[in-house]
Amino acid sequence: MSDGPSTTTQLPAQSAPVDPAATEAAGGRAATPGSAGRLSWWHGDGGEGARRNLALIGVLVVLFVIGAATRSDLYSNPDWVWANMLIILKLASVAGVVTVGMTFVIIGGGIDLSVGAIVALAGVWSTTVATQSFGAGGMIFTAIVVGLAVGLVNGTLIAYGRLVPFIATLAMLVAARGLAAEISDKQTQISQNTTINGIASTNLLGIPLLVYILAAVVAAGWVLLNRTTFGRRTVAVGGNPEAARLAGIDVKRHTLMLYGLSGLCCGIAAIMLTAQATSAQAGMANLYELDAIAAVIIGGTLLSGGRGTIIGSLLGVIIFATITNLFAINGLSVEAQNMVKGGIIVAAVLIQQVQFGTLSQFFRRNRLTTG
Amino acid sequence: MSEQPESAPLVEAPADTVKGEVVLRLTDVVKTFPGVRALDGVQLEVRAGEVHCLLGQNGAGKSTLIKVLAGVHRPDSGLVQWRGEPVAFANPQAAMRAGIATIYQELDLVEDLSVAENAFLGHEPRGFGFIRRGQMARRTRQILGRLGHAEIPPNRMVRALPAAGKQVVSMARALSHEARLIIMDEPSAVLAHDEVGNLFRIIRELTAQGIAVIYISHRLEEIREIGDRVTVLKDGRTTAANLSARDTPTRDLVSRMTGRSIEYVFPDRPDDSEVGAELLQVEGLTRAGEFADVSLTVRAGEIVGIAGLVGSGRSELLETIYGARRAESGTVRMSGRALRPGSVGAAVKAGLGMAPEERKSQALLLGEPIYRNVTLATFGRYARFGFTDATREQAEADRVAESLEMRPRDVRRAVRTLSGGNQQKVVVGRWLLGGTKLLLLDEPTRGVDVGARAELYQVIRQLAAEGVGVLLVSSEVPEVLGLADRVLVMREGRVVRTAPAAELDEDTVLDLVMAGSLEVTA
Repeated sequence: MSDGPSTTTQLPAQSAPVDPAATEAAGGRAATPGSAGRLSWWHGDGGEGARRNLALIGVLVVLFVIGAATRSDLYSNPDWVWANMLIILKLASVAGVVTVGMTFVIIGGGIDLSVGAIVALAGVWSTTVATQSFGAGGMIFTAIVVGLAVGLVNGTLIAYGRLVPFIATLAMLVAARGLAAEISDKQTQISQNTTINGIASTNLLGIPLLVYILAAVVAAGWVLLNRTTFGRRTVAVGGNPEAARLAGIDVKRHTLMLYGLSGLCCGIAAIMLTAQATSAQAGMANLYELDAIAAVIIGGTLLSGGRGTIIGSLLGVIIFATITNLFAINGLSVEAQNMVKGGIIVAAVLIQQVQFGTLSQFFRRNRLTTG
Repeated sequence: MSEQPESAPLVEAPADTVKGEVVLRLTDVVKTFPGVRALDGVQLEVRAGEVHCLLGQNGAGKSTLIKVLAGVHRPDSGLVQWRGEPVAFANPQAAMRAGIATIYQELDLVEDLSVAENAFLGHEPRGFGFIRRGQMARRTRQILGRLGHAEIPPNRMVRALPAAGKQVVSMARALSHEARLIIMDEPSAVLAHDEVGNLFRIIRELTAQGIAVIYISHRLEEIREIGDRVTVLKDGRTTAANLSARDTPTRDLVSRMTGRSIEYVFPDRPDDSEVGAELLQVEGLTRAGEFADVSLTVRAGEIVGIAGLVGSGRSELLETIYGARRAESGTVRMSGRALRPGSVGAAVKAGLGMAPEERKSQALLLGEPIYRNVTLATFGRYARFGFTDATREQAEADRVAESLEMRPRDVRRAVRTLSGGNQQKVVVGRWLLGGTKLLLLDEPTRGVDVGARAELYQVIRQLAAEGVGVLLVSSEVPEVLGLADRVLVMREGRVVRTAPAAELDEDTVLDLVMAGSLEVTA
């Protein structure tokens, strides 16, 4: 529209004098509306989502208490506790970045099974001898472009090729790992670049650089979801694609962009993971898709789309990392650990269903009593 | 068609319920939910063999009352007497077993099961652990015969039936339970005009067999036609009981529903209709199997109504103009500029807005706040550098809510919690923002109560007075005639008549819409 919204709003003038505050808002920017009240800074991720996130923090506290009870010798040392928390966050960093992208895809009504494979492909591609010759910048650029490109291929297949997301990304999972194996000739490619390798070993103010990257991606994701038109479109497209389409939102283009975003996050994660291992190979980031989806679900995002939070997903990843850490410090097996994780996924979904069930029942009862 | 079918009725008309005897009596029934007193002293008396109509605005407590009777909710206090005995149904199955069947607005059928399987869902005739399919089909055929629909095959998938057929299956299910009371929640809302007559015929057959019917509808003319007595609810209370359905003046009924004395009124049509330049020009628009060679114009400030039955292609036409469907041939122009076919985005940019037929599935994000639904088409325009401005959006939505008298007024509440009329205001209100020049309205008052209807009519007329063109589709002929300046009548995908609304009357339009005269003037 060439003319601004303020000059073109048409409202029946038959009743209700227009709120002067609203008129002011229409003329300039952001006056507080009369009855709507001022927004809290955290609105959007608030309400029910905030309560759920508090519950997840409660789970973390419980896990901490279990840790303290089983290894009181270690937990009695505050320095060790701090160091261990950083270890957990570092452990969560790569999966966390992937999970942010996954959260967007799932809120948007889709699913991305290919994230682990994209991480592997981007990691392998950025560590070929040819790419490494361009230095750290070239490697980062390559990883991000490869991730984004693969994500856009997913998005194109789903949005314009009308493939079911599950099938399109499952195919990509297989194909991308295949391509990664082809490029690497099934060899582990050592990263010779000290700058890249340094990403995993550098600490700033005592906190690992990887944790800063995670924090930056989470913060960017939160802003994108809760404060931008992109985020609003994501919720609309996932919540009711037909309503979004009839409101003039380009659902297909947005779907394409969601998978592109997921791929982009995978590209960032590929660099982080390569730095940690100082190498890349076609089998890296194995089963990351499942970890990411599980974290998103535990975080309270509806698998059917339309509702979810970035903070919840982050807490989901941290809970997983804490469990892994808990088993490691107690010297328990990976197998037992996986069984507990499986149980936690089921428990989280059950709790979600109960909450959602009672809520929707409540609304159904009251639907006709609020008119 | 009022005579009994040949085959022996499966359920005998209950011998102990002669017409006139009270089968259901509610005394001071109260039901509260957290924060809401949904029922606040309801009195109701239903006699065998009568059609008892429940009237009330959205939010008056009709649905809660139905759910109490159906065993979904248990009342907090008050007395429910069923055939003389005080009852408290523990669950819907108990109500069913007692002989109370409920047909909800959204029919609860399993689409991928057959007619017979749906009719006997949950109480299939069994033998040795197997379903007796033959017996089930035979009994279903008998019941369908009783309903005058022996032509529906019991083994047909419900998915393959039209809406009216599905409703018949719902009623067959009620009869399979040997129901003595059937509650129908807005049964006509899903039906086209000619199908309503069939529904009434079925209801008359049921009542002739001594079955009581509680009938809920927003359409007063239906209540006059089919109803015996009326009970009016307002704010969870019975404000009038056992009025005569035929003789009570409309003014009385409406005033008891609303507390106001308003008629089912349309705003005055301005005499010197200062319609502006041609806004929308549609030429030769065609989609095979839906509509063919439709040409029409809408001027600025003009309300053009499309009358036609469900299936006449009217909704499809609207969606095609809006770009939600791609035309096979023909053009759509806004102010002389051709719109890109099949692109909603282009249509919205050119100033079109649409309130689609199905509010919940096509227009609303039910879990999201009111303001985000109101700004769903415009949030991008309030945004700066891609950052949304929620404060500004709330202010705009608040203004819309105020001018449309939306209730509740808090625009941060989830749309799910609103009544149908208020949800429709959200959908229409969306296009009051952002400079909409032409508004396409598809059944804007479906499921909207009388009070909110009058408000919506006022809003639509006001928009036109401000220069917005309106293209309106409605199943209700009086609505089209009362609101529109010019009327197009559609039948089987073609425009069969275009005339100023003042030159048409309801009978003429109905005649054109249904069997139809041969006179074709495009």
